[in-house]
Amino acid sequence: MSTTSAVEPGPGVEPGPGAVAAAIHGSAVRRGDLWFRRLSAGSGVFVLVLMAAIAVFLVWRAVPALRANTVNFLTYQQWFPDDPAGAKFGIAALAFGTVVSAVLAMLMAVPVGYGIALFIAQYAPRRIAAMLGYIVDLLAAVPSIIFGLWGLAFLMPRSEDFMIWLNDHLGFIPIFKNTIGLYGKSIMLASIVLAIMILPTVSAISREVFKQVPTAHIEAALALGATRWEMVRTAVLPFGRPGMISAAMLGLGRALGETIAVALLLSAVFSINPHLTEPGGNTFAANIALRWNEAGTVGLGALIAAGLVLFVITLVVNMIARIIIERRRDFSGAN
Amino acid sequence: MATDLTEAASRPAPISDSLSGGTLPRWAPLGCIAGSLLLAYLLAVFTAVSGTAGTLLVAAVLYAVIQSGWSFSVEGRRHAKDRLATTLIYSSFVVAFIPLVAVLTTVVIKGLKALNPIFLTHSMRNIDVALPGGGVYHAIIGTIEQVGLAAVLGIPVGVMVAIYLVEYGARGLLARAISFFVDVMTGVPSIVAGLFVYTGFVLTLGYERSGVAGSLALAILMIPVVVRSTEEMLKLVATDLRESSYALGVPKYRTILRIVIPTALGGIITGALLAVARVAGETAPLLLTTFLSQSINTNPFTGPQASIPVFIWDQIASGTDASIDRAWAGAMTLILLIMVLNIVARLVARLTRVK
Repeated sequence: MSTTSAVEPGPGVEPGPGAVAAAIHGSAVRRGDLWFRRLSAGSGVFVLVLMAAIAVFLVWRAVPALRANTVNFLTYQQWFPDDPAGAKFGIAALAFGTVVSAVLAMLMAVPVGYGIALFIAQYAPRRIAAMLGYIVDLLAAVPSIIFGLWGLAFLMPRSEDFMIWLNDHLGFIPIFKNTIGLYGKSIMLASIVLAIMILPTVSAISREVFKQVPTAHIEAALALGATRWEMVRTAVLPFGRPGMISAAMLGLGRALGETIAVALLLSAVFSINPHLTEPGGNTFAANIALRWNEAGTVGLGALIAAGLVLFVITLVVNMIARIIIERRRDFSGAN
Repeated sequence: MATDLTEAASRPAPISDSLSGGTLPRWAPLGCIAGSLLLAYLLAVFTAVSGTAGTLLVAAVLYAVIQSGWSFSVEGRRHAKDRLATTLIYSSFVVAFIPLVAVLTTVVIKGLKALNPIFLTHSMRNIDVALPGGGVYHAIIGTIEQVGLAAVLGIPVGVMVAIYLVEYGARGLLARAISFFVDVMTGVPSIVAGLFVYTGFVLTLGYERSGVAGSLALAILMIPVVVRSTEEMLKLVATDLRESSYALGVPKYRTILRIVIPTALGGIITGALLAVARVAGETAPLLLTTFLSQSINTNPFTGPQASIPVFIWDQIASGTDASIDRAWAGAMTLILLIMVLNIVARLVARLTRVK
């Protein structure tokens, strides 16, 4: 029994010559082993089925609404799915708001996130590094609705001066220009809060790879007389690059799918407006949350269709991120 | 100048600089901080820069410039770069710290306004949203039941998947596929989980929107988190322990149940509690699946059921002064709940740590 159980016992395993113990309660043991293995493998397969089911159900429920749509789903900007004169809805404005707010959030969060990760992994004293990491992780424990509420009550009034400054000094760049002199719930505001929310994701993942940098590389760089920054640049960053790219993309994925905070911080306007500090903007997820309880039959289908697009986008972003970090795992030998 | 040169020429050349170049004094960083703060303060007094935040920002920029410049003139380009990088890396940590402190203090200050025993023990039934009063009791019940059910549904699945990945899957194709999609699943937006449960459970199977529908959505969000944390813990269990058990003739499933899981139990519980804390604050999937309710519903299987996040959302949407106060008090309640879960999780981790 000792040999057969160390190897995975399958249905085809014959009792070996040393199966005296197995002879006493052999079949019961093997049945137990078999069922436990099946149960755990079944749970694993269940995860795969679940992912497939999400896609299938969303497609299935979105198709009738897409059929009923009388305008181009991809290029139309407005959202009138329950119009009795014919359903009209499109994701152009939603896609713009989603992608722009998430990319902006990523651009803000990524440099800071890398900085935090470097600080914790390479700069901070070892004794307090773990605690500092825990503090940053606390940021991830704050629910998104609280970030939304805080953004409205605390950040919105305080960020107005900053946005006016952007308009006055960087107004020649369209995204910082404010043509109407009104500030408030805007894509820029939502992006800042999103950046704060994805900061722990970016820093946690890059911290993990920075910690895996072989000590030999670090010590070699220092022994050659490198300053600490030169050591980071020549030993830590090249080693961590795939992880850093993944961290940025996973942060992007989180920002794309974030719902409640964004729903509270955008004005939910269905138009593409490149002036990001002006009130307006809308995203896939925010639109679903805001329209859900008032949607009719076609309206629900239309929101499900928007959710499907969001699902596909985040899936692609996440898969690319995972493939990049997976490749590193195979090559590095650091694990 | 000329006298300096002749003086230098008359003395023997110093030998001390052969191994190390000039360095800034040890007090340089502190001195630069003090200097730039003072400069920024003077700038704020005499020019248009206003507010504490603006002044501190100016001070930070001044600090970076002054120290790098000084270092460049004394220590050279490489050390100036090093000091600049150090400044940027330290300040990025401070940047992360500011929102955390700002969020928590805002929640505490605004939350204490309406947080009182009545708030915690009453529902919103028959309460005028424009007036103070009412409370979060119905939502606390909802959150505890929904999150509890989600834990009952999600944690066993997650643990079993992790067992498969660590104990059975080896590096087979199926295990690699599962592992990959578990990772991808962590990135599924929470609202998509809500949409899926709505389409599958409500539209297709015909159940009404209820607490349990919300639990299903939360369970989907919990599974990948539980899988990852459990997997890490199972990997930490020494192979010797497993092999000793096999050598005694113990079947594999009993080895897992009696040796591996008990050894890793502390870590598994910690991971599960953190996953619970994570989904306890989810709003979007619950908004889609549990609907709103102002009254107490202790049965998660029938009818709309409130939860703390959806309660906050509803109170913000009402938009009156009294309801915003209630929203903050609800936020405070939610933060406290999540903090308790986090602290318990860390305590479990500490108490069960293998020595």
